[in-house]
Amino acid sequence: MELTTVWFILIAVLWIGYFALEGFDFGVGMLLPVLARNDTERRVMINTIGPVWDGNEVWLLVAGGATFAAFPEWYATLFSGFYLPLLIILVALIVRGLAFEYRAKRDDARWRARWDLSIIIGSLLPSVLWGVAFANILRGVPIDHDLEYVGGFFNLLNPYALLGGFTTLGLFLTHGALFIALKTDGEIRHRARRLAVPTAAVTAVIAVAFLAWTQEQSGTVASAVSFTVAAAALLGAGAAAWAGREGWAFAGTFATIALAVAGLFLALFPDVMPTTLVDGTSLTTTNAAATSYTLRIMTVVAALFTPLVLAYQGWTYWVFRKRIAVHHIPLAPAPVDTSA
Amino acid sequence: MDPTDIARWQFAITTVYHFLFVPITIGLSAIIAGYEITWLRTRDERWLRLTKFFGKLFLINFAIGVVTGIVQEFQFGMNWSDYSRFVGDVFGAPLAIEGLLAFFLESTFLGLWIFGWDRLSGRLHAACMVLVHLGTLFSAYFILAANSWMQNPVGFAYNPDTGRAEMNDFAAVMLNKVQLATFPHVILSAYMTGAAFVVGIALWHLRRSRAERDEALFGPAVRSGAWIVLVAALGVVITGDVQGKIMTEVQPMKMAAAEGLYETEKPADFSLFQLGTLDGEQETFSFKVPGMLSYLATGTPGGEVQGINDLREQYRETYGADPGAAYYSPGDYTPVIPLTYWTFRLMMGLGMAGAAVAAWILWATRRGSTSGGRSVLAAAIALPFLPLLANSFGWIFTEMGRQPWAVFGLMTTEHSVSPGLTTTEAWISLLTLSAVYGVLAVVEVRLLLTWIRRGADELPADDPTSGDDRPLAFAY
Ligand code: HDD
Ligand code: HEM
Ligand code: HEM
Repeated sequence: MELTTVWFILIAVLWIGYFALEGFDFGVGMLLPVLARNDTERRVMINTIGPVWDGNEVWLLVAGGATFAAFPEWYATLFSGFYLPLLIILVALIVRGLAFEYRAKRDDARWRARWDLSIIIGSLLPSVLWGVAFANILRGVPIDHDLEYVGGFFNLLNPYALLGGFTTLGLFLTHGALFIALKTDGEIRHRARRLAVPTAAVTAVIAVAFLAWTQEQSGTVASAVSFTVAAAALLGAGAAAWAGREGWAFAGTFATIALAVAGLFLALFPDVMPTTLVDGTSLTTTNAAATSYTLRIMTVVAALFTPLVLAYQGWTYWVFRKRIAVHHIPLAPAPVDTSA
Repeated sequence: MDPTDIARWQFAITTVYHFLFVPITIGLSAIIAGYEITWLRTRDERWLRLTKFFGKLFLINFAIGVVTGIVQEFQFGMNWSDYSRFVGDVFGAPLAIEGLLAFFLESTFLGLWIFGWDRLSGRLHAACMVLVHLGTLFSAYFILAANSWMQNPVGFAYNPDTGRAEMNDFAAVMLNKVQLATFPHVILSAYMTGAAFVVGIALWHLRRSRAERDEALFGPAVRSGAWIVLVAALGVVITGDVQGKIMTEVQPMKMAAAEGLYETEKPADFSLFQLGTLDGEQETFSFKVPGMLSYLATGTPGGEVQGINDLREQYRETYGADPGAAYYSPGDYTPVIPLTYWTFRLMMGLGMAGAAVAAWILWATRRGSTSGGRSVLAAAIALPFLPLLANSFGWIFTEMGRQPWAVFGLMTTEHSVSPGLTTTEAWISLLTLSAVYGVLAVVEVRLLLTWIRRGADELPADDPTSGDDRPLAFAY
């Protein structure tokens, strides 16, 4: 296989990892006001993702870095083109990341309420915008022959892209609800499980519409298979949640996200950013790629270290495998607040 | 301002801001790992209390370092897309490797360290912090390799067909001689910064609370920290000296700009300060150390140092005469002299002042003595800021001194910016990020002060509940 294809696959894998992992912590963040009735319950929810959210986010950073290294033209066009949505995502990730660390550092209801809002909005915006961004990549955007995006901001807001945004939103909400069902005990667990079923059903409708539209627009046989199995996994997840099989249900949404993203990349290949201009140039795995020398170096590094990373990230989930319930939450440390 | 200027301001603001937290993270993670290992060895609870106390401050600092790092990862593509296209083949690799090797390591093992107090054995728990520190070192190595390549591009060939720099020797990029001097200089200045942070806070507690217990707790932190500051400072000076010589070789204009030396001199003096016209072309008053610039630049007090005027002619000949390369415009090739002049001095001066304060603190606290009164308190408060500011000025010098180049000799900053970037977009981005960063600075400083004042907690008594019902040892 050509190295450019290998790196296309690796970048797809990084995005799959990012969405399948950060997807549930986005979901947990968005469901904070829905599933928790008081501060202790909110803390239960936040602590289920406390040890892992940062590691999940690194999948995004590595996807970005790997795109820079393996497909510099793609990195340049994509991020300079989708400028404002990306800026919004960055600000959202900033306030959200700080919120986890800072909200418990002062015993003050208003302080915590503000950080909770940061978590909710900081999880919601990227959940929608990533879907919008990927849908636009698949649909094609105006790219001129210098490989520059020339479409402006409002070009990115089209019905297909918005449907993509609702798809990722729905998937992450379902995924998050099931994660809470799997990782907590008591009232919240039941609430989460009850919520997961209708959420999965609504998401299934949106997602099937979006994936069918994608398939019709640029699909291949392989993407069709991937999308079909993804849809089946989502229905399976809903059914498992209904039956109280939380582990299976969570595995189901995990598979749904992985397969849906895989299908999107399959539908994209060999383009990485198709153009909609007649006299423009599409970015492909060939014309956007780094040299084969750089790709060889990167391949060696990835082959050596990816298994290691997977091993210790997996181990973290094992260490923190126990369910958390309200009685596990220690009292908030109350700093003597002399500065406020 | 045009989009280039706005993007430059954004890069400068966001990077300098990121680098306020980075050195503290690098230095403090090493010190906390040291405390925890000492606790395991001695079972003396004071070290555990120090681990937990500075661990909390570390987390407050780390969180903001992480979120500001995310912006760094993407702004090359957003604001500097032509730069990214041109250098991606070389520059992207260290960035990607940094993510894979460093960020995963840091974030995963920090998560384990924060929440793992009751899940991991003592040794494993301490090992997590050691790994976090290792992650910060990897992180610094790869990002600095990328930056060193911009200072001294090696291991690549320019490909006229693709119009970009293409890597042909990865080892040369990783072992760039600029990198080999820069990495120890930056790491040692980070140790200095982290240790100064610890000494300042510990000493402040020592002087404020007369309680004997605190004396026993913070005394060792002050003294061990002050020693680290001193030893690291020595290393910083030695490596800085090496850097100066390499810099003279690869970017002679930067050294000339560091002194504001217009005419070639042999021997060249070093001015501690200088008053004159703003561009430094006419000096009215200065205080000079004879031959010192020659020494800094060449290693001998009598060596010749080339001046800006000669170098400008030379650069014009070298870089202005090749019409085939589209990536630079024949120009002035001179950075902003007053800026390079003063930032270079502020780096050295503030850093050395930090070392002097640490030495004085060691003397004032010798054999448990608490002489020095109020001036000790002032020293405690000033100390953390000195190396921190020295770091910022050092970077501003390094990066501004490279101008007008983004990649020295290959691509100017002017040609690096995203061609499609509009003034409006650039402003929205600059103002949004500056506003967010400004608010975060206030939040972060207040939070740090609150937790510093709170001091080191007593260790909790053992909880009688056992098994699965036990509350978490740590929760957000
Ligand atoms: C605590 C901080 C600190 C202190 C005390 C010093 N430095 Fe420094 N210096 C830095 C922190 C720093 C830095 C922020 O980390 C820089 C910016 C880029 C780099 O490589 O390190 C830097 C850059 C830097 C450069 C520019 C390298 C380049 O552009 O290629 C030189 C020549 C020196 N330093 C030399 C010195 C000397 C001779 C010092 C001793 C008196 C010194 N520094 C003290
Ligand atoms: C963390 C320490 C660093 C600081 C404080 C810093 C600071 C700066 C500053 C002040 C500028 C603006 C110069 C100008 O106005 O033109 C700049 C430019 C730049 N720096 Fe750095 N820098 C740091 C490290 C790095 C590293 C590690 C890289 C590479 C990975 C890098 C890449 C760049 C680039 C691409 C520019 C281009 C923009 C420009 O030249 O204006 N910097 N940096
Ligand atoms: C001398 C320059 C730099 C050094 C030594 C450095 C080092 C570090 C360190 C130690 C961290 C850990 C967290 C913290 O900051 O507290 C960090 C975070 C980060 N840095 Fe920097 N950095 C530098 C500049 C940059 C630049 C120019 C980039 C852009 C490519 C960057 C990207 C990041 C990212 C993405 C993170 C977040 C990692 C996470 O989520 O754990 N850094 N950096």
